[in-house]
Amino acid sequence: MDALLGNLAMGFGIAFSPVNVFYAFVGSLVGTLIGVLPGIGPVATIAMLLPLTYGLPTVTALIMLAGIYYGASYGGSTTAILVNLPGEMSSVITVLDGYKMARQGRAGAALCIAALGSFFAGCVATLVIAAFAPFLADAALKFDAAEYFSLMVLGLVSAIVLAHGSILKAILMTFLGLLFGMIGTDVNTGTARFSFGVPELVDGIGFVAMTMGLFAFAEIATNLEQTEGERKLNAEQISRIWISWQEFKQSFPAILRGTALGSILGILPGGGATLSSFASYTVEKKLAKDPSRFGNGAIEGVAGPESANNAGAQTSFIPMLTLGIPSNAVMALMAGALIIHDIQPGPQIMTQTPDLFWGLIASMWIGNVALVILNLPLIGIWIRLLKVPYRLLYPMIILCCTIGAFSSNNNMFDVWVAIVFGFFGYIFAKLECEPAPLLLGYILGPLLEENMRRALVLSRGDYTVFVTRPISLTMLLLAVALLIVIIVPSVSKKREVVFQEE
Amino acid sequence: MSLIRRPKDFYAGILFIVSGTAALLLSRSYPLGSASRMGAGYFPRILAFLLIGGGVLLSLLALRSTQKEDTKILWRWRPLVIILFSVCLFSWAVDFLGLVAISLVLVFVASSASSEFRWKDALISGLLLGLAAAALFVYGLGIPLPVWPVFAGGGL
Repeated sequence: MDALLGNLAMGFGIAFSPVNVFYAFVGSLVGTLIGVLPGIGPVATIAMLLPLTYGLPTVTALIMLAGIYYGASYGGSTTAILVNLPGEMSSVITVLDGYKMARQGRAGAALCIAALGSFFAGCVATLVIAAFAPFLADAALKFDAAEYFSLMVLGLVSAIVLAHGSILKAILMTFLGLLFGMIGTDVNTGTARFSFGVPELVDGIGFVAMTMGLFAFAEIATNLEQTEGERKLNAEQISRIWISWQEFKQSFPAILRGTALGSILGILPGGGATLSSFASYTVEKKLAKDPSRFGNGAIEGVAGPESANNAGAQTSFIPMLTLGIPSNAVMALMAGALIIHDIQPGPQIMTQTPDLFWGLIASMWIGNVALVILNLPLIGIWIRLLKVPYRLLYPMIILCCTIGAFSSNNNMFDVWVAIVFGFFGYIFAKLECEPAPLLLGYILGPLLEENMRRALVLSRGDYTVFVTRPISLTMLLLAVALLIVIIVPSVSKKREVVFQEE
Repeated sequence: MSLIRRPKDFYAGILFIVSGTAALLLSRSYPLGSASRMGAGYFPRILAFLLIGGGVLLSLLALRSTQKEDTKILWRWRPLVIILFSVCLFSWAVDFLGLVAISLVLVFVASSASSEFRWKDALISGLLLGLAAAALFVYGLGIPLPVWPVFAGGGL
């Protein structure tokens, strides 16, 4: 306990420096700004804004990026409530009751409970991370190459579980990502792989440029296929952002449950904001005395999931920071940002750069304060932003991404990488292949290969090393169990279809 | 009823087969090594085989599927090609046109991909974004790109 408080105190000492507070606020502000704008998700947002942080010290850069992430998530909820447009997957569920509340003229209450719930969840999640991360990091330090390999397999499988649509496609996208990760110099032998004699490729493909192509360019191209519908705004009815005591009493238990669910699900590899918000909604609906209120503007249906997704968003930092395994696309980007700053994500972060680790954790709390301070009074500005038509927005996003891709190495080659991956991204989108597992595979690829090689060197080429070591075996079994769990329902569903056709 | 029941899965499968085969061919020259001393080609080849195998499975399932037929894929290349072309223009011309002018070009060309293209709006926002980008990225963040065209003095 003393160690925890001491560490947190150190963290707050770093996070409360004027520069870091400033960047936490700027990050939350810019993140919300872009999160509110329709048609660009948090992955593309963070990739687009990553170049802004190159010149900053590592701690400050991460604090700002984390702020952007919360801001983007929160902005997504605002649009979900006000215009029926979830800015991202984790706020899909908020649409159900949040938008209904707005239609009933209760937008103010919905926004308020979303902000309060998120804030509460954020505070708790910060403590959860501070309490649990050191244990995980300690455990991870005892890991050998075989355990790391199995852990990464588990991480990749979890990402597959969360992908929508075909499991086989998600698995193959992961393999493709792993293969893209092989491009460049092989660390062990110095062979330049898949570099086609292009000197820039010897260093591997830039992940910033790749993300911009896959997420931003491809997203814009698919968005442009639909003609821009009238966005129905419920902004006019907002008189004030506040809730009644009655509403607060109604939603407080939901906030507590959502926070608990989100904190737990966020830690699991593959978990995170989206899973948490879905789980919370289901729980609230099950527990409600009158489940029929859900979908018709039940405030618990906003309070629970919003708390859960914020808690999950935060605790999903745990596997990335302590094990070096990003559990979703956003965390893959965060890991990439660390690598750009020459820090390898993993358990050694806590021991080698404790100021970075604890500073980041303390800044999460500051980021949450920033969100509440920014969002409640500034909601009017966000509403006005919502009215900016897409035809003016997307060229701006393209311009920012282009300059951003260039600035990642100050090289035009990265712009070409973004163009090529924009093309791939569009094809993937059309074939309903999700790019998130590919990105994760790409980030984990080199690590996975490295650990597999090391494990096999130590075991003299004996593949059973992965199943004879208990921790490694446990993780592989977990991965297999996860795969079975997702495959089985779809098998039974298929059976149903067959049955009907007969 | 067409032969390919689910085109999205079928073509995705083909895509994976092609990528796997390409990886296999490209990694031919990398030494394979053995399990205890892996060469540069060992892991890529495992992945390539997995991709090819998975791709074949995916495509075959798409043919034989008893599930309902999937909708056809609607390819609409125009918006994609236009926006990627605008980025190509940028990378090609920023050195001599400078950031302000090329941003205007990029925004204008990219805007024309929208079905609601209005050239006046595109020109104005292009100019404003160009100036803002120069202020933020070049003067603010120190990214080494010329701001003004070469014939107008170029550089900063």
